[in-house]
Amino acid sequence: MSSVMPTPGQTIGPFFHYALPFEFDRELVAREQPDAVRLHGYVLDGDGHGIQDAMIEIRQADASGHVPEVPGSLRRDGASFTGWGRSSTDPTGHYWFSTLEPGQTDPDSAPFIAVTVFARGLLNRLFTRIYLPDDEASLSIDPFLSGLDEQERQAMTAIREPDGHLRFDIRLQGPDQSVFLTYPRHAG
Amino acid sequence: MDGQPLISKEIEDIHSSATPGETQPRLDFPPYRSSLLRHPTKDLRHVDPEGAELFAPVFGQSDVDVLEADLTIQAGGEPIGERITVRGRLIDGDGRPVRGQLIEVWQANSAGRYIHKRDQHPAPIDPNFTGVGRCLTDDDGNYLFTTIKPGPYPWRNHHNAWRPAHIHFSLFGTDFTQRMITQMYFPGDPLFALDPIYQSITDPAARDRLIAGYDHDESRHEWSMGYRWDIVLTGSHRTPMETEEDA
Repeated sequence: MSSVMPTPGQTIGPFFHYALPFEFDRELVAREQPDAVRLHGYVLDGDGHGIQDAMIEIRQADASGHVPEVPGSLRRDGASFTGWGRSSTDPTGHYWFSTLEPGQTDPDSAPFIAVTVFARGLLNRLFTRIYLPDDEASLSIDPFLSGLDEQERQAMTAIREPDGHLRFDIRLQGPDQSVFLTYPRHAG
Repeated sequence: MDGQPLISKEIEDIHSSATPGETQPRLDFPPYRSSLLRHPTKDLRHVDPEGAELFAPVFGQSDVDVLEADLTIQAGGEPIGERITVRGRLIDGDGRPVRGQLIEVWQANSAGRYIHKRDQHPAPIDPNFTGVGRCLTDDDGNYLFTTIKPGPYPWRNHHNAWRPAHIHFSLFGTDFTQRMITQMYFPGDPLFALDPIYQSITDPAARDRLIAGYDHDESRHEWSMGYRWDIVLTGSHRTPMETEEDA
């Protein structure tokens, strides 16, 4: 099968804030919901400074491991879980989501939240994953995680904060840079 | 502040040592000064998509009003500038239409000004133009926006730096791995050679893919100028297919 040359990406630029954010964009579930978890962190540059014009999107399964394919993310009805959200960063580089902890989509792999990163100064999007910190059994059998060294594994796993929140920082550059991913059909 | 000759020389040096076939922008592209501290220095890690990565989010009529595709009717009056339509088709890396998927656009007005608090360019704001639009592709992957041709605008990458006129496009496919944001440009812009964002794509044929075509059949008598721009996402992983060489 012949494939077509993909259209190149370009930076999101500095002026997306009046276009892409929307009401409840980062609240996949209401913050008041009993099983809601706060997922948050900073997007940082190579000097460790927060990036104020970044945007993070997440895609994930629900608690049972089912990936929902339902509309309604842009106008959330307060009932459906769409499994997708978007958070722009604040002036300190901070982002946050209110979401559910995903379940396993496959019995042989650990649950994770898929992430896309955009920013001014970043010429194309980056992908990473956020693994959940608590389930040692599934983390230890996951084939992808098993291929990482300890530092990389830690960099891809959220930290459970004392209040139950999940903390995940995204470092675009530097010795503790995040692990960014490419998939088999990403050319170039 | 660096001048255009230095930026142009840096671009030329990178291009002269680049090999053809790099179809995506370089993340490490020093002429674009904002990229210096914002590009990864470690290689991307290859992984097979799994779980949620195989499923793009789904959008529907409940998410997008059909009127959002017309950026010229969002306020009380007509925006100032050259009325245009931008029509095209969203397909995946195997040429299949991406149906019913969300496209978001944003752009400067005809004077090169964004409605954004951080845009300090002393050009007029148009009270009848926000520069924001959305639509869903149809069953054949087609989209259509009606808007005003954006103006070029200055930025602070270097002395006397100007961005070529462009419309930002935010795109989804059928897989989350196909997510992308890019910029559509207009044919014949004299700023192409000078712009480090556009030139961050070192392959000339790939760069050209970001330029819309003027299509006279799309122009409307005494009404609007027509542009056509087709968009190709990376390949989907969701259906069985022959293995493609991994570039």
